[in-house]
Amino acid sequence: MTNDLAVEAHGLVKHFGTTKAVDGIDLAVRTGTVYGVLGPNGAGKTTAVRILATLIRPDAGTATVLGHDVRHEADAVRSLIGLTGQFASVDEDLTGTENLVLIARLYGFSRAAARARAAELLHAFELDEAADRSVKTFSGGMHRRIDLAASMVISPRVLFLDEPTTGLDPRSRTQVWDIIRVLVDDGATVLLTTQYLEEADTLADRIAVIDHGKVIAEGTASELKASVGSGSVHLRLSDASQRLLAQEVMTRTLGVPVLLGTDTSALSARIGRARDATALLPDLLDAGIDVAEVSLGQPSLDEVFMALTGHPAESDDDPAEEVA
Amino acid sequence: MSAPDTSTSLGASPSTGDGELNPLRAAIAPRQRPARPSALANALTFGWRALLKIKHVPEQLFDVTLTPIIFTLMFTYLFGGAIAGDVRTYLQFLLPGILVQTVLIITVYTGFTLNTDITKGVFDRFRSLPVWRPAPVVGALLGDTVRYTVASVITLGLGFILGFRAGGGIVGVLLGVGLLLVFAFSISWIFTSLGLVMRSPNAVMGTSMLVLMPLTFASNIFVRPETMPSFLQTWVDLNPVSHLVTAVRGLMAGTATFSQVAWVLIASAAITAVAAPITMRLYRTRS
Repeated sequence: MTNDLAVEAHGLVKHFGTTKAVDGIDLAVRTGTVYGVLGPNGAGKTTAVRILATLIRPDAGTATVLGHDVRHEADAVRSLIGLTGQFASVDEDLTGTENLVLIARLYGFSRAAARARAAELLHAFELDEAADRSVKTFSGGMHRRIDLAASMVISPRVLFLDEPTTGLDPRSRTQVWDIIRVLVDDGATVLLTTQYLEEADTLADRIAVIDHGKVIAEGTASELKASVGSGSVHLRLSDASQRLLAQEVMTRTLGVPVLLGTDTSALSARIGRARDATALLPDLLDAGIDVAEVSLGQPSLDEVFMALTGHPAESDDDPAEEVA
Repeated sequence: MSAPDTSTSLGASPSTGDGELNPLRAAIAPRQRPARPSALANALTFGWRALLKIKHVPEQLFDVTLTPIIFTLMFTYLFGGAIAGDVRTYLQFLLPGILVQTVLIITVYTGFTLNTDITKGVFDRFRSLPVWRPAPVVGALLGDTVRYTVASVITLGLGFILGFRAGGGIVGVLLGVGLLLVFAFSISWIFTSLGLVMRSPNAVMGTSMLVLMPLTFASNIFVRPETMPSFLQTWVDLNPVSHLVTAVRGLMAGTATFSQVAWVLIASAAITAVAAPITMRLYRTRS
């Protein structure tokens, strides 16, 4: 076992009835890094995090957090970690201050120290003016910040964030990202799950892509992207009847397979570099094709999934994930 | 992705943040941790949470205050004349029983509250903390005693206004309420188990009421069992609620025997010994 691993998991398996929520996951997260677990709804992300945070026991496999076994030394693990997720939120009936005082008291802070700690965290997370309001009156972004503050009462060394930005507006998302960066800058380790490739790309030092309870790819963001091409070009035609002709032109110019979208006037192709697409428009015009819309994009989670698994990252909510 | 806007972001970018002045950086910096608190301290903290919830959502005391008033008035005047010849005589018999029924119905809230925590999303937070494992449940039960006490005071207060007189005096009344609280605490563990198994707070409520109906109505709360068919008498004699009502009546009237009280205490201990470990097992293994 290497000492610089904050989280290590081998062959984790968890079944809910006949559903294999987690089906043999290995993870190795280096101390002081952000590790992204990327996957669609129902892929097993939440279940994996809940195993690592000692909330559920795996059916098979082992996992350690800072060297402590999550099964046999659960209490030691709990004293080192912070957890924020859909089911690890705060009490909506209580105020911001009361929630943080509650948690500080549970960790053993004296009454006065708990109140001071709560005030310090509320200030740090820009929630001063909401200190005495019920959390249920908070906006989405404020709610997520109080969730995060609640998991930082004792400055955890490893923080598990289950979809920390799902449902947030872009500004709140940026704030959460800033918080995560400061945490890691201070030496903490963050394991976060996300459905957004962009988020994993922006924050994570390494990424594991999970599908149907298995890790299907692992590496840095650039390694993953290299495996699927750096981007893609999307076209929409004014006249759907020209699609086959457009496909021919694209294939010739780009030298890559061109996919036909479900929209009968749409086509797309993965390209190595964005500038490969510059030659495309003149060629299409020359062929007399009326282009309504062109866009260049990073590979989306869908495209990563398509490339890695051969099936789209459909959001068929796994019922096990819902109750888990 | 839009660039972080420094006027709205937390100003926490690692490359520009000033370690001395940045409140976020200061607040999350590693710090010394306090010593781990005792199991009792953990449970009391959760009890404090239950009181805070009553403060913020006082509606949850509505039925605790209204149910005993409605029950007492309704059954006293509905059955009094028919069963005992007059209202006042019946009240002497009924009031301790109504008190028991009122408090037992409130015990259902323990499971309801626990299930609400699970569905609303604080449950995993508590389970991820290094605290004494039963603390959230025990603390909630401690908080519930406030509800029981409020309901008891209202029922007894109304009873005295209507003409209830306790032969056992104030000591008898307090002992009766105390015995009832012990039993309520033990039976709450059954509802916490349900709270951990059921899928929604309303399912917990429904199922718990289904459990409580035969326990409270098929008992000696409203009428003496002598006129009942023999199978029902057998049930009423087995029903722990009947024993509880007999003991509470006895304590309030000053006629309780040692065995009546001991029966309830032993039953409470037995229920707790079985139901508490089941609750804790469900709590630990709930996925």
